[in-house]
Amino acid sequence: MEEHPYLFLAVLAGTALVFCLTPLLIARAWAAVFNAAKPGEVKQQVYECGVEAKGDSWVRFHVGYYRYAIVFLVLDVEALFLLPFAVAFGGLSWGASVVILLFLLLAVEGLVWAWKRGALEWA
Amino acid sequence: MVEEGLRNELSRQNIFLTSIQELYNWGRRNSLWPLNFGLACCAIEMIAASMARFDIARFGAEVFRPSPRQADLMIVAGTVTKKMAPMVVRLYNQMPEPKYVIAMGACAISGGPFKRGYNVLKGIDRYIPVDVYIPGCPPRPEALLHGLITLQRKIAGERLTGPERPRHLRELEPSEYPIPAYGPYDLDPPKNTELWHPKPFVRDA
Repeated sequence: MEEHPYLFLAVLAGTALVFCLTPLLIARAWAAVFNAAKPGEVKQQVYECGVEAKGDSWVRFHVGYYRYAIVFLVLDVEALFLLPFAVAFGGLSWGASVVILLFLLLAVEGLVWAWKRGALEWA
Repeated sequence: MVEEGLRNELSRQNIFLTSIQELYNWGRRNSLWPLNFGLACCAIEMIAASMARFDIARFGAEVFRPSPRQADLMIVAGTVTKKMAPMVVRLYNQMPEPKYVIAMGACAISGGPFKRGYNVLKGIDRYIPVDVYIPGCPPRPEALLHGLITLQRKIAGERLTGPERPRHLRELEPSEYPIPAYGPYDLDPPKNTELWHPKPFVRDA
């Protein structure tokens, strides 16, 4: 019988699943037979330093970094296009060079716009 | 259960028998993870016990955990002031079952040299159940190791089923104990009366 070339993937995935599930099942069975879980109000508190927790762990973080991160992410992805451009720079036709410069202009324009709107200021 | 004689005979032939209870206790007592938590000078001895010279790792208890969620063993190492007692009890409550407590040093046992003081708790066993008491001021690292071995012996004798099973296996026994609050003069309540049953002191005539 011909063995499927990707059979080993299925075998590995199955082993991984059994490897993960067995301890969980043993733990469940153990809890059911011998040792019932004992959750409690203090036990479930979010803070672990002995001091009473104030509020819960769903706190809001400052929004200041958000716009900064978005601008960085956009320009970071755009910078990816510059790498092949730099590599192929010597053999590019005039048309291709103009297109990539146009793209760069748009990116810089976006940065200037975000800068003017105050996105790069920490407030 | 297998007879002791038969078991010895089999182990001589390289056949080892065990029960779930023994396996469970063996695994737990040889990997006690203490809470990384010190209160006073006893903690220095505890630190010394964990370092190379005394090496608590020989007994499987070197993994000091910074979070109560990952710890099995609370070593109350040092003077428990009344300011600190609620934190100690809260940390104990946040530890998962099964959990054990070693009261290390005279202060943790009884208040020690500060017993007459206004601000020191006269023994942590007023609020949480203590398994092993280690006397000394402070106890030497060897004494802590001895206390740890004593606790390991206690764990080895624990039953999984039956009326003599330990606290954490009883469904109705609490896993948390009431946390005292700061009162105007003392902690409120000053002790957990359900837990703390001191023997009455009788002075010799």
